Amino acid sequence: MSKLLEIKNLFVNAGEKEILKGINLKINAGEIHVIMGPNGSGKTTTANAILNNPLYQKKSGEIIFEGENINDLKTDEIARRGIFMSFQLPEEIPGVSVTNFLKYAKSKVTGKPVKIFEFKNELKTYMDELKMNPKNMDRSLNVGFSGGEKKKNEILQLLVLNPKLAILDETDSGLDVDAIKTVSKGIEIFKTKENSVLIITHNTKILHSLKPDYVHVLVDGKIVKTGDASLAKEIEENGYEQYKK
Amino acid sequence: MKKTNIDEINRNIYDIKNKDSYDFKSQKGLNKEIIEDISKQKGDPDWMKEFRLKALEIYNKLELPTWGPDISELNMDDISTYVKPKSKLNSSWEDVPDDIKKTFDNLGIPEAEKKSLAGVGAQYDSEVVYHSMKEDLIKQGVIYTDMETAVREYPEIVKKYFMKCVPVYDHKFVALHGAVWSGGSFVYVPKGVKVDIPLQSYFRLNSPESGQFEHTLIIVDEGASLHFIEGCSAPKYNKVNLHAGCVELYVKENAYLRYSTIENWSKNMLNLNTKKAIVEKGGQIDWVTGSFGSKISMLYPMSILNGEGAKTEFTGISFAGKGQNLDNGFKVVHNAPNTSSVVNAKSISKNGGKCTYRSLVRINEEAKNSKSSVSCESLMLDDISISDTIPTNDIRNDDVEFSHEAKIGKISDKTIFYLMSRGMSEEDAKAMIVRGFAYPISKELPVEYAVEMNNLINLELEGAIG
Repeated sequence: MSKLLEIKNLFVNAGEKEILKGINLKINAGEIHVIMGPNGSGKTTTANAILNNPLYQKKSGEIIFEGENINDLKTDEIARRGIFMSFQLPEEIPGVSVTNFLKYAKSKVTGKPVKIFEFKNELKTYMDELKMNPKNMDRSLNVGFSGGEKKKNEILQLLVLNPKLAILDETDSGLDVDAIKTVSKGIEIFKTKENSVLIITHNTKILHSLKPDYVHVLVDGKIVKTGDASLAKEIEENGYEQYKK
Repeated sequence: MKKTNIDEINRNIYDIKNKDSYDFKSQKGLNKEIIEDISKQKGDPDWMKEFRLKALEIYNKLELPTWGPDISELNMDDISTYVKPKSKLNSSWEDVPDDIKKTFDNLGIPEAEKKSLAGVGAQYDSEVVYHSMKEDLIKQGVIYTDMETAVREYPEIVKKYFMKCVPVYDHKFVALHGAVWSGGSFVYVPKGVKVDIPLQSYFRLNSPESGQFEHTLIIVDEGASLHFIEGCSAPKYNKVNLHAGCVELYVKENAYLRYSTIENWSKNMLNLNTKKAIVEKGGQIDWVTGSFGSKISMLYPMSILNGEGAKTEFTGISFAGKGQNLDNGFKVVHNAPNTSSVVNAKSISKNGGKCTYRSLVRINEEAKNSKSSVSCESLMLDDISISDTIPTNDIRNDDVEFSHEAKIGKISDKTIFYLMSRGMSEEDAKAMIVRGFAYPISKELPVEYAVEMNNLINLELEGAIG
């Protein structure tokens, strides 16, 4: 299988504070990976570092995507190369409708103009699958959306932008059982043999319906254990205590 | 996060200068002889000439405002108050001289007239060079003409309404306007006539070191309705230009008027404009304003709700860039029971630009059961820009619902990161946020103007990445 993303010995700071202390991770095309870990272990920092959020500074190490170092690329360039991140707390953009936002984003990501009728049909189909209110298409992006609606909207964006690597940062947190099922369904629709998913989570509910290839345990800025789906089950039962110093 | 460095924009079409050629340009400055000269050039009837001279006397007695932006750079001795273009008033674009016609072509006026307007007036420097209206409106008794024609042909109406809503002693620049006014539009919509398609007047100031003082007088009679649009622009010169227009609107019983403005004066313009509306029983005036240009603007449209149940809505946005001080706002006086006012004001400032929202809400004793809700929101695109809100609320009875909400915000790095993660550049992201911020205003404009406003926003935000 071809290598999609490789993180080599990555150290990342948020301001003065060292958060990631030597992360190593390899994701091949077609795989589903999960990073689990307690609060404050560096999960969200990992996602933000891959997208090169300027609030986080890489101190050393490399992030390689499709054979190229993307450490210093701007976030929009990384997005155009095919990495997507679903946000834990999606931003609200008043005055910009979901339709217009996604149409514009898609034209930027693909570099091609978007045909409006085809696009609207695509949007409708996906919103149907995600059990989203079709009226949301015309509402301002995330403004007044419930927590669940915002998360579904992130998955809608994932489907429309169709990246090579989807990073889902705590997409399952704060959702009820039905919403988690819908989100899982969205990920299943997205998933092919060619693309990959990196799920970042601190609980295991979403893993009941999605079958990961690898589970990594992240504690205090380091991956302390890697295993298969059974590792998630073990953590569900025993928590992270045994991995903490 | 690295900040985007936004250069001063190329205002392309707005900045195309024509040669300063004219039939007559008044001497710079202001005195009795100059006013008499202007009056003679314009062929005023005696009553108008006397009106001008009286206004000049009042002008000389009044002081400059002691509040707001500093306008001490304005020296009336440097300003020509009257510039007569080399064109008569035409009713066909074919007859408008080439260089002037080309200016309006570039601004898209004749094109808009074909597509989306019921009538058009176009003023170049001090005189209206083109005026036309659809045949069916003429048949319904609608009058839409330049102000000079109105003075000649409808003296009784003009005498009754001219500078009655905005009295000549209102402030110094109104008095100045009274003395040197030239051009502008006159509209009369008869009882019950609904004008479904907008009328538009466009004001272009080409001549350097000059002023534009157009007078707009609109009367919408009982049960009638109208949407009037004014647009304004000028190429940039190094010295100060002055705009001191006056807009008087009379909204009769159960009549409706929407007055939309897209102001894009060049950034050497002092825009000291005065606009007022008097609304009678059951009538409504809605103001929609986009203010992009000018070096200094002091503009506070005013609604005077004189009749029971009269209503007004103000929807406005100001966009101030480097070197701009836009002191804009809205005034409303509730004089009758069950009246209502709604204000939705927004401002954007960048590169050290300053936006101030200055307002008055006065609800008088007799205005029982009246409502007023004011919301103003400002967005600053960097740390060197300034935004301010100076409301005055004067409420004189207890039976009133009043609310005032003010918000000041910045574009957060988080939001920009979110949009960039969706493939947009930092500039694209900022432009999208600003367009979204302005959307509640732009959606109130006819679609062509909403597009123009979005283009202006994109133009303002365009520039090299630092």
